[in-house]
Amino acid sequence: MLRGLWHLTWLEIKIFLREPMGAIGTIVFPVILFVALGRAVGGRPTPRSLGAISFVTVGLPVLAAVLIALGAVSSLVTIIAIYREGGILKRLRATPLRPQTILTAHVLVKLLLSALSLLLMVVAGKRYYPVDVQVPVFGFTMALLISTWSILSLGFLIASIVPTARFAQPISGAILYPMIAVCGLFVPIQALPPVLRAMARVTPLTYAVSLLEGIWKGEAWSAHLGDVASLAVVFAVCVALSAKVFRWE
Amino acid sequence: MGIAPVIEVSGIRKAYGRTVAVDEVSFTVNPGEIFGLIGPNGAGKTTTMECVEGLRTPDRGAISILGMDPFRDVYRLQVRIGVQLQQAQLQKRIKVWEAVALWASLYPKPVEGKRLLERLGLGEKRNAKFMTLSGGQKQRLFIALALINDPEVVFLDELTTGLDPQARRAIWDLVRGIRERGKTVFMTTHLMEEAERLCDRVAIIEHGRIIDIGSPDELVGRHCPERTVMLSTEHGLAEERLRAMPQAEEVTRQDSRFTVRGRGDDFVTEVIHCLSENQIRVTDFRTMLPNLEDVFLKLTGHSIRD
Repeated sequence: MLRGLWHLTWLEIKIFLREPMGAIGTIVFPVILFVALGRAVGGRPTPRSLGAISFVTVGLPVLAAVLIALGAVSSLVTIIAIYREGGILKRLRATPLRPQTILTAHVLVKLLLSALSLLLMVVAGKRYYPVDVQVPVFGFTMALLISTWSILSLGFLIASIVPTARFAQPISGAILYPMIAVCGLFVPIQALPPVLRAMARVTPLTYAVSLLEGIWKGEAWSAHLGDVASLAVVFAVCVALSAKVFRWE
Repeated sequence: MGIAPVIEVSGIRKAYGRTVAVDEVSFTVNPGEIFGLIGPNGAGKTTTMECVEGLRTPDRGAISILGMDPFRDVYRLQVRIGVQLQQAQLQKRIKVWEAVALWASLYPKPVEGKRLLERLGLGEKRNAKFMTLSGGQKQRLFIALALINDPEVVFLDELTTGLDPQARRAIWDLVRGIRERGKTVFMTTHLMEEAERLCDRVAIIEHGRIIDIGSPDELVGRHCPERTVMLSTEHGLAEERLRAMPQAEEVTRQDSRFTVRGRGDDFVTEVIHCLSENQIRVTDFRTMLPNLEDVFLKLTGHSIRD
């Protein structure tokens, strides 16, 4: 059933990297933001405020990770929309490739590129970051991949409702980026008005941030099983819904 | 009875919401022939073809292809057919050889990609990205992808739409080459000239229904038996003799130029016979035979381009 999966995945990675703007935007941008903002806030010689320190040591890395995940999702939505509009999805479907193989290949591409982006972040962080932070790199990578994987399923749902490729970026942006505001990264969820708090409860990003923050700070996975379970539920629900509404042409 | 048909479609119907795309469509495609489904855009050609390919399920009716049910056995079927879809694209930045290699990896017994590309005149373009190919080159690549698994049946949907006449002729030669290799070709087109030059048999479809099926010659003979001969002569008795022909339904004259109308396959021979019997020397002799375009006009009351 997985005939062609690796071939297609490898091909899609090559094709993605051939478009310099898209590749730089999704892979390098979060890393640049991470380093530049870190130096701007935390690199001053003046005594740092407590808030700035906690932002630079925890908030910013998690924000960068979240941007990696959301960048991957929005890029997936755009690619699916372009592929559908151009009849590429339909053309691939008329081969022995199974539909789930085609979609899995795109998920794998995004996960691999997210991991690559994170790796760059770690390397750049060691060299240029103002604060020396000891991080469980493997655990954090896993946390990011689980988060991205879950939010990608939401991407398929968004890709189903995007009418044409032109609308892919704005619509996915309008759905994904407001989630950053209520994900608990800037304002604690308890401090949000009730409506926004309810919104925070249903967006996968909230659980992703909680998981990423916890693992970054060195907390045990057992303390975050609830987050992982919530992300899994989001994945299951989105996949089930996508299976019903996803359009190939 | 002859050989069993490769494709057998009986009474299929397909509706999208309240729009009925095809209804009561039945036809068979025989092994080794080029069969064309012809009709204007929106007549139901692509829907019919995609039902046969297993990409869509008809609401009613039955389809058998290579002895299989295209929807139930779609994965077994895909190995044995080659498909070119209307208006399909590939990834903009995929290279020609990469597409061919991916397709080859999906089938158990692919033909050699490099040789195939050379045969289709794409040998030089192996490293070109899809987005840099011309319309004709893209279509040839799609033909290559449709042939990579050495299929028994090849589907070509509006293959030459949007191509210039030269590229179109080159593609026609390729399609004839596919038939020469013993494959069955099922194609759609809205170009009557294309159907006439390529197809062994055609089915004319309009508003989702098949109006008639036959070889282009059969259809012309059945629906448009009219024949017109135009000739020029200075012979004094020409008009009288031509008018005396029992088969001539109408003779018009403009100076030394005559137009003689009649019907039936023998009409042109009879005109020639009349000329030679009366020793009428002609300086010009032309026949105007109806074609599929005229058949379509006769059957539907409008031209296919409307």
